[in-house]
Amino acid sequence: MDELWTTYLWPLIVMVAQSVLMLVVLLIAIAYILYADRKIWAAVQLRRGPNVVGPWGLLQSFADLLKFVLKEPTIPAGANKGVFLLAPFVTCVLALAAWAVIPVSAGWLIADINVGVLYIFAISSLMVYGVIMAGWASNSKYPFLAALRSAAQMVSYEVSIGFVIITVLLCVGSLNLTEVVEAQDGKYGMFGWYWLPLFPMFVIFFVSALAETNRPPFDLVEAESELVAGFMVEYGSTPYMMFMLGEYVAIATMCAMGTILFLGGWLPPFQVAPFTWVPGIVWFLLKLLFIFFMFALVKAFVPRYRYDQLMRLGWKVFLPASLAMVVIVAGVLQYANLAPK
Amino acid sequence: MTETFQFAALAPVLPEISLAVGAMVLLMFGAVMKDRALNFVSVMSILLLLAVGYWVSTMPSDKAAMGGSFISDDFGRFMKVLTLTGSAFAILLARGFLTAPGRVLFEFPILIVLATTGMMIMISAGDLIALYLGLELMSLSLYVVAAIDRENVRSTEAGLKYFVLGALSSGMLLYGASLVYGFTGTVNFAGIAKEATHGGVGLTIGLVFVLAGLCFKVSAVPFHMWTPDVYEGAPTPVTAFFAAAPKVAAMALFVRVALTAFPTIAPQWQQIIVFVSIASMVLGAFAAIGQTNIKRLMGYSSIGHMGFALVGLASGTADGVQGVLVYMAIYMTMTLGTFACILAMRREGGSVETISDLAGLSRTNPALAFFLAMLMFSLAGIPPLAGFFAKLYVFLAAIKAGMFTLSVIGVLASVVGAYYYLRIVKVMYFDEPAQAFAPMRGELKLVLAISGLLVLLFFIYPSPLVNAAAVAAKSLF
Amino acid sequence: MILPALFFYLFAGVCVASAFMVIASRNPVHSVLFLILTFVNASGLFMLLGAEFLAMILIVVYVGAVAVLFLFVVMMLDVDFVELRQGFLNYLPVGALVGIVVLIELMLVLGGAVISPGAAKSIVTPIPQDISNTGALGLVLYTRYIYFFQAAGLILLVAMIGAIVLTLHHRPSAKRQSIPAQNARNTANSIEVRKVASGEGLQP
Repeated sequence: MDELWTTYLWPLIVMVAQSVLMLVVLLIAIAYILYADRKIWAAVQLRRGPNVVGPWGLLQSFADLLKFVLKEPTIPAGANKGVFLLAPFVTCVLALAAWAVIPVSAGWLIADINVGVLYIFAISSLMVYGVIMAGWASNSKYPFLAALRSAAQMVSYEVSIGFVIITVLLCVGSLNLTEVVEAQDGKYGMFGWYWLPLFPMFVIFFVSALAETNRPPFDLVEAESELVAGFMVEYGSTPYMMFMLGEYVAIATMCAMGTILFLGGWLPPFQVAPFTWVPGIVWFLLKLLFIFFMFALVKAFVPRYRYDQLMRLGWKVFLPASLAMVVIVAGVLQYANLAPK
Repeated sequence: MTETFQFAALAPVLPEISLAVGAMVLLMFGAVMKDRALNFVSVMSILLLLAVGYWVSTMPSDKAAMGGSFISDDFGRFMKVLTLTGSAFAILLARGFLTAPGRVLFEFPILIVLATTGMMIMISAGDLIALYLGLELMSLSLYVVAAIDRENVRSTEAGLKYFVLGALSSGMLLYGASLVYGFTGTVNFAGIAKEATHGGVGLTIGLVFVLAGLCFKVSAVPFHMWTPDVYEGAPTPVTAFFAAAPKVAAMALFVRVALTAFPTIAPQWQQIIVFVSIASMVLGAFAAIGQTNIKRLMGYSSIGHMGFALVGLASGTADGVQGVLVYMAIYMTMTLGTFACILAMRREGGSVETISDLAGLSRTNPALAFFLAMLMFSLAGIPPLAGFFAKLYVFLAAIKAGMFTLSVIGVLASVVGAYYYLRIVKVMYFDEPAQAFAPMRGELKLVLAISGLLVLLFFIYPSPLVNAAAVAAKSLF
Repeated sequence: MILPALFFYLFAGVCVASAFMVIASRNPVHSVLFLILTFVNASGLFMLLGAEFLAMILIVVYVGAVAVLFLFVVMMLDVDFVELRQGFLNYLPVGALVGIVVLIELMLVLGGAVISPGAAKSIVTPIPQDISNTGALGLVLYTRYIYFFQAAGLILLVAMIGAIVLTLHHRPSAKRQSIPAQNARNTANSIEVRKVASGEGLQP
């Protein structure tokens, strides 16, 4: 009985508690990331943005949540019911599952697995299923077109993200996310993080992350001017909310990924007194928010790409460039004797 | 425990590497130069194949490399030279097809070079993984080449049919390979040979599936169904290629698997091969009789010839293997010559493929008729042409091994088969002349002359081929 | 020891059940979705074996890329499956025969399963204990198995050439966008200012 407790139940309770804590913090963070997105967008367009619910509109996201949850869900008559309802769940659950391996500070993570990078990559490559299933199950033209677009788009940009990850892994010598961060901890502080030595890859990663999460200017999946709302046309109330939630969690995941791979995770910019006093999670959040700020600005600034332009960028620009970088980085590491042992 | 990688270890594989690298360089060249690249790419591919062929023939034969996955022995070298030559001539034969107006396919020679790389990997395979990878590299290129005339419905049909059935056969081969691996614990041929005696029924079933997959590749009955359709549907130069080099490589692999991986359970595979061989010879002889399309007829003919070649393997002796090697060399020579003739069957409206189009060829084009007649006699196995000696060696080996029934059925089948070869000769010499063919292209004349003379004059000086085959066959025992 | 066994039966059970559903479901899209479920569970089995790299790669490659394209094609096909199944009964006897033969063979194999006593000894690469699974894989993949690795690469190259040869059509009528040409445009080479005399218009 005692053994059962120590080997099974107690670790289980700890794990559940950690997961719940992570989930709650994450969801609250997402609520404010959504709010920030709208505020930044509004500011660029010289509008006020949400400012009614709560002080400065801070409770806007919670009001939206209530609204979606209380509305009546509708399922179109011709829809494939099971798949139609499964799609938002898939999106939402997968997006949240990625956070199981993300270290928000030294040792602050739920599962420290050896192949953390691959895990996140795998999850992000599964995200496309939410869109495809929703598009197909809706049994309607626009969602279907969106599903086809997203299938091609996400597969295309996954390739370059894969190569970006490979270059970083070449420098690190491990697929463990904690070790990725630790490998960036050098005497040059923030100039030793990989964003500087691998700057082209950082750019490619950023743009591919936009495409992978269907953010503007690559939001061809929703393209309201062409497809109304893309794969979400037929969705309303809670299922719609789950899509939105999944989408923003995925964006946060990509920001966290960028932070870990290129911006040194929870490391302070310089290893000297005032910086080292600040806890790691604060640095992590600041960096994550910085990348998200860029995401939001891009949404406000850049017009949407046409579909063939998107494909051209993915296959004819990013793929050769990232492939070349893999070769160059591997060569430099090998011949300058910098390769991790 | 960390293994390191040394470039020196690559030395035995250098011919394969040069072929692969050469194909990639030519591919880049073709991709940049587009339409203008065709001539250069095909000439360079031919030269590359011949140069590698010469290189292979002069290489020392050290036993194994790449951790036992690559065997470069005399047997492998003999077969490699054969396939490389066959592929080079196939590209030469395709020149007219490739330069036809509105069709620019610089990828064709490159695909053939890559297929040949796959064949070399197959021939040298020292374990099941190399076997499968080589086979897939070859087959995948062949599927594409079969469908390369994509505007033509029959070509795409041939490609698709070949692909679907080929994938099925690869599946069987893999299933068999996994059973063999499971029951012996190793993929290495030498290791399998050591463990095979304890394998039991599981190993036998694995063996059957592996052989079934290989039978498909050499188009032996009962896995021959694709052959006539693909031969007929694919563009003629592609058919010429299919009939030559891939057959040689697949037969080499067949011999290698049977004799190096399963020598300890020889009786089990000998039964299978005897059956397959008899079935192929009989079906090849009877089914070809009713054909009117000459490419289809060549398809059935190749099924029959594979049956004859397998007779040598069925005996399971060095003599038998020597017979197989001689047979494959002569068969390849005859086939390439015959296809040069078939490619010459062109009128203004395009190429024609029925046997009746050959009517009266002796009067409209006596030289072509003479060579084609010689090749047909040789395919039928009439002395003193090369085809007779090919059959002689395999049957002698079978009789030496005491397989009288097999030899008698083989001789009978070859008598029946002679009927449809002779029918072509009759059509050419005794029927009323049909409209004359367009003038023959230079490279077809060259291929036909080489093959015709080799077939005709083989009996004067057979020793180089026979001796080389004997040395090659020895290296397997 | 109970927990891994429990997970094994969970993954294996779902894997087999969904594999069955792949062939049993009437809707081809459902079939592909069940196929994906099969892959995910197979990856779970790999995970239990400690082959974490294989598990993840199975998801990234098969589920994330291959199955997406598969789904893409299946969604676009308008296959009437009722019609497709009409021939089913005609082929049933032959199919059942083949199935029974294979089943008997499998039973023979299992019944007479004598794994060669030398089998365990001949394992070429023992699993190293001191490094991670991924690292161990990398150490042999690029040294001992470099030949296979490169050969597999060549196969993929052929597949790529084949796809391009068989599908790429250069239609002369198609208008293509040239990004460099667009970027090279400026006011000097695209706008012309002309004096137009009143009442005469511009002569072309």
